[in-house]
Amino acid sequence: MAKTEAKPKLKLAVYWGAACGGCCVSVLDVHEKLFTVLEHADLVFWPIALDIKYKDVKAMPDGHIDLTLFNGAVRNSENEEMAKLLRKKTKVLVAYGSCAHMGGIPGLANFSSKEEIFSRVYEESESTINPDKIRPVPEFEVKEGILDIPVFYNDVRTLDQVVNVDYYLPGCPPQTERLVEVFLAIVTGAELPPAGSVIGALNKTQCDECERKQTEDKSISEFKRPIDIVDDGESCFLEQGVICMGPATRGGCDVRCIEGNAPCRGCYGPPDDIPDPGSKMLSAVGTIIKGNNESEINATVDTIDDPAGLFYRFSLPNSILRRKVL
Amino acid sequence: MSFNPKIVSFLCNWCSYTGADLAGTSRMKYASNIRIIRVMCSGRVEPTFVLKAFQQGADGVLICGCHPGDCHYHEGNYNCLRRFKLMQKFIDQMGIEKDRMKLKWISASEGKDFAKLVDQFTEEIREFGPCKVKEIVETLS
Ligand code: SF4
Ligand code: SF4
Ligand code: FES
Repeated sequence: MAKTEAKPKLKLAVYWGAACGGCCVSVLDVHEKLFTVLEHADLVFWPIALDIKYKDVKAMPDGHIDLTLFNGAVRNSENEEMAKLLRKKTKVLVAYGSCAHMGGIPGLANFSSKEEIFSRVYEESESTINPDKIRPVPEFEVKEGILDIPVFYNDVRTLDQVVNVDYYLPGCPPQTERLVEVFLAIVTGAELPPAGSVIGALNKTQCDECERKQTEDKSISEFKRPIDIVDDGESCFLEQGVICMGPATRGGCDVRCIEGNAPCRGCYGPPDDIPDPGSKMLSAVGTIIKGNNESEINATVDTIDDPAGLFYRFSLPNSILRRKVL
Repeated sequence: MSFNPKIVSFLCNWCSYTGADLAGTSRMKYASNIRIIRVMCSGRVEPTFVLKAFQQGADGVLICGCHPGDCHYHEGNYNCLRRFKLMQKFIDQMGIEKDRMKLKWISASEGKDFAKLVDQFTEEIREFGPCKVKEIVETLS
């Protein structure tokens, strides 16, 4: 029997920063393909699934991990330290999912300050009883020594605002099929796109992929929430007065929300030629407002309660303004 | 040191820029706080331009186009007005006073009105004080 030289397996890590856990679950969603993955790769660090400690990662030589999927935004000192540590230990660092890519839902905290968040959570919220107004402190002395917890920052940042990122795999969460495709491309040694690219997604918009009917001149006098219309199931959401992020969002998810009769919320982020999804939406939505006179236009604008939150639902920390001015 | 506002202004080529030019050739005096960018039509002013202006340190943004009915591309100034109203609501949510943005119609013959407008807007922005966006973006980077 000829001696077969086993190809060294890839070392793979998955880590979460400020995230909901959905991205890790989307990795688990490879289901039985996990066996294919494990044929080619060893998981060396994955807090949701494996008991490997931070100190074990610290002990690894630099560049030891071939591929790290980092999901979640950077909101506290632990996220930042881990982002820096994993950057050092990893050859190819991927910002996995909307939060690492653009700030994601945790990034909506950039509409508030740390103080506003703390007073809401530790004092005002309906379920809180805290007469002494006790707040978490990063360090606390007990007789056994000093206990410490991460420092909560005032601002949420994207992964690439903290460390250099090789690739972005977008989505909230990314489609598992895209992850498998990207992974197989890496193990088969296929040529990778230039560093800094978005992978596992298209460079066309959702509207290019969408099969809903569109007419040439859209003109809307009242915007509505999805719950307020009876969707006809075939015409463009925008034409029905429901805000759809399609014009400012990259395809690649197989138009999964629209297929499910819900408008796109923008989780895949903008295509390369759109620098800022929200300002693209301000333009696209602004233009279809009906009427030429100010009062008519104002009345229609009034029907959009929260343009900032809608248009930057997944991308506030990555946007031109980055956060609310407070 | 007194605050000297920086104002970025987008003027449509056909009416407002010509109006500003008239103010210049007629040697009218007006506040030198404005940096003029000529665009083909007020409808060309993408929200991105306005947000970028604030990001790069503008304290106010002034957009001028042809009077209603006079746009050389028919609908451009109406589109501008629609986006402008939506943008004002948006910047207000972002903690930027909505009147740091102004939209006015200036025709090619309204050099005097343009000069007055710039003086007046400069004073309004002076009242607001410096816009903090640039500082925030810089400290976050
Ligand atoms: S706006 Fe939404 S519903 Fe309309 S075409 Fe684009 S993706 Fe489809
Ligand atoms: S349709 Fe939009 S919100 Fe839904 S998964 Fe795709 S990109 Fe994300
Ligand atoms: S050409 Fe002047 S506003 Fe359109």
